Amino acid sequence: MTSATTDMSITKPQRRIRWASMGPFIALAVVILVGTLLNSNFATGTNIANVVTRSAFIAIIAVGATFVISSRCLDLSVGSMMAFVTGIMILTMNYLQPSLGPNAIFVGALMGLLVGAACGLLNGLIVTVGRIEPFIVTLGTMGIFRALITWMSDGGSIPMDRALREAYRPVYFGDVLGIPIPVAITLLVALVGAFVLYRTKYGRHCMAVGSNADVARFSGISVTRVRTLAFVIQGLCVGIAAICYIPRLGAATPTTGQLWELQVITAVVIGGTLLRGGRARIWGTIAGALILEVIANLMVLSNMVSEYLVAAVQGVIIILAMLAHRLIK
Amino acid sequence: MTRCAALPVSAGAVTVKTVAPHAEAATLAAVGLTKAYGPVTVLFDVSLDICKGEVHAIIGENGAGKSTLMKLLSGYVQPTAGHLVMAEERIEFNNSTAAEAAGVVLVHQEILLAPDLTVAENLFLGRELPRGLMVDDRAMNQRAAEVLASIGALCTPRDWVGDLPLAQRQLVQIGRALLEPRSVVIFDEPTAVLANDEVTALLDVVRGLRAQGVAVLYISHRLDEVEALADRITVLRDGRKIGTWPAAELSQRQMAELMVGRELDVLYPPKRTPPTAEPLLVIEQLVVDHGGVEASLVVRPGEVLGIGGMVGSGRTELFEGLMGLRPAEVSRIELAGRPLSQRRLRQRSVKEWQAQGLVYLTEDRKGKGLLLDEMLAPNLTLQALKQVHPGLVLDNRRELAEVQQAVEEYDIRVGSVHLSAGQLSGGNQQKLLLAKVMMADPSIVIIDEPTRGIDIGNKSQIYHFIDQLVRLGKGCIVISSELPELVGIADRVLVMRGGRIVTELTGDAITEQNIVYAATSGEAYGAAS
Repeated sequence: MTSATTDMSITKPQRRIRWASMGPFIALAVVILVGTLLNSNFATGTNIANVVTRSAFIAIIAVGATFVISSRCLDLSVGSMMAFVTGIMILTMNYLQPSLGPNAIFVGALMGLLVGAACGLLNGLIVTVGRIEPFIVTLGTMGIFRALITWMSDGGSIPMDRALREAYRPVYFGDVLGIPIPVAITLLVALVGAFVLYRTKYGRHCMAVGSNADVARFSGISVTRVRTLAFVIQGLCVGIAAICYIPRLGAATPTTGQLWELQVITAVVIGGTLLRGGRARIWGTIAGALILEVIANLMVLSNMVSEYLVAAVQGVIIILAMLAHRLIK
Repeated sequence: MTRCAALPVSAGAVTVKTVAPHAEAATLAAVGLTKAYGPVTVLFDVSLDICKGEVHAIIGENGAGKSTLMKLLSGYVQPTAGHLVMAEERIEFNNSTAAEAAGVVLVHQEILLAPDLTVAENLFLGRELPRGLMVDDRAMNQRAAEVLASIGALCTPRDWVGDLPLAQRQLVQIGRALLEPRSVVIFDEPTAVLANDEVTALLDVVRGLRAQGVAVLYISHRLDEVEALADRITVLRDGRKIGTWPAAELSQRQMAELMVGRELDVLYPPKRTPPTAEPLLVIEQLVVDHGGVEASLVVRPGEVLGIGGMVGSGRTELFEGLMGLRPAEVSRIELAGRPLSQRRLRQRSVKEWQAQGLVYLTEDRKGKGLLLDEMLAPNLTLQALKQVHPGLVLDNRRELAEVQQAVEEYDIRVGSVHLSAGQLSGGNQQKLLLAKVMMADPSIVIIDEPTRGIDIGNKSQIYHFIDQLVRLGKGCIVISSELPELVGIADRVLVMRGGRIVTELTGDAITEQNIVYAATSGEAYGAAS
């Protein structure tokens, strides 16, 4: 089969700026600009560092959620899972502190990753092997994890052993080369996430499964494996977020991570990842997490809207983001 | 005033005389219709008319502008220039509802029905008959039954649409269009998904409409249907009208030549000598869907094995079962003389088969074959990511080179490789899909409906490609509902009926009649007498 083809432009991929994919970054810039104009305390170095650091948890979990959502699934359990993992970690560290001293933190961190991955695996297997809608499965596990942390803390709180506080403190409050450690970890997680999603076969499989699971199946890709792994990645990200989170308050409570699923999914969606799967934007997700935190920060700083309405504003943002997706199409 | 007439046109190899104009005015006429999307003009100055009691066929290759023309006529899109005339008055359809109110309706190619509603509920969806605040189910069921009877549908108003076979759904869709009296009915490739006996039934429905005095516009790829049905034929090419002819004056070959604008190369490659070598693939006792489909077969190197039969006879199911894409068991498989181990037999999967050198190309290229939102490269390499990217990191440069090579080798005509697969024409999509499965360098290729819904130029290329493939000593299984295709390309044909292989045809016995007879009666032709 040879024939003259029409004007083929198999040259370099065009390095044209795609405004649609720039959306989240432009929005972030606008929000920051508005913040600077509205409140003189906003653009101070400490405040900015504070905002970025606080956004780390949502950003890290949202990187995992980008995998899950790009494979056309959804995980509503991340907030409860976060609380549960935090609880297990603190119990582990407290138990080992007498024998291991500060080294108990490392074992605790490892435990956090393991339990996170295991929770993700559980979600993933029920969704794929059990063939149940991810929405229902993770709604169920959301309740289960939340009940477990409430039960473990007996409705109160699980405080970390005082002996560990000093050693663990830098993981949230410290910095490397002037970058707060949670921010550095977020960057690392996003870099690895972007690499896996954009540059590896697994990432390509994720896109294919999210774009059209039948096509993936007919191409010899195991949809079960891809989706289960996405949930495991989500669980690992929750584990990493938990490691950063514990030194901040030093305790796990039944309200830890409450409504984080809303923030996480909002961050992913305003970042430009399609909720119907097939297109993922890791850096957009990071921008999305920052936008949410900046807006919450502005609400606290300025007295125009009560900070109790933060979740309401976030709810409005996710709906507006979906409307924007529709309008751009 | 627009008169229904065939214009005297000479084009290419065909010269046609003028025929006497119809005495009456056109029911619906297009005058100088032009449609541009931004800078791209897809239809140039097309005029035509449709008359009461006639079937006017529109033929043309994919991308010739057929879809655009019929969307303009039925109000789905509005012309950039030109206008419509109805009952000798200039008319504008702002949307499809306006067109329907004027009596012009389009029967879509895709089946747009809600599977969880009944036939009657679908027929009346959005225009339910009221009884007070409630819907009048009794009246709707009654009216639905009348409509179904008038178009010869076998389903009843209370059947769930989801339970119906494709052909019946198609009829429900037509029924929906004909619920109210229409003066113009436009069919968009209504037979693309139907098997042959279903096509015959559908053609009768169209003839019935014509007899009732409806003006029918009929768009189809199947030239045999057009020849059997049409009174007049309009040929479109590259967005322009080539001409309108009385159907009686065009042969199928002339139609095809007018469509492509050149003398056709031979559509089918010359027949090969039937191979006698030892089998490449032996399948014994493949049982799919818990016994619903069961077959054994053999493929030789250098052979095109055709699989015929009606839609629903279990052809696709058989091979999806073989690939491990649906529940199936098999007692024995031999590949190039070597039997597969018991473990391999049980763990059949697309991936496993690909490693063994066997690939399956699905009939559902949009649903199961291509990622329509993705560009060419991810689609092309999806099945062979390991080969293209041996390392951890995806090699974009190599991928682009593979795309470039495939585009040339398979003659995929694209403006840019950065288009998404969904933006390609059906023929180019099919060639992309072919290129995709060939990335795995298989020795046996199973192609389900290789040319469904694609134009004649691309068809011919695919036939020649299959021919090249088997001349290299590979084996090819072609599952097809298009009889001329099986006759034209297969060395041997197995005909299926009711989930079983009922006949094997070889050599001169491969004829359309023999295949149809076996597929419908379950016996070899002549065996009954």
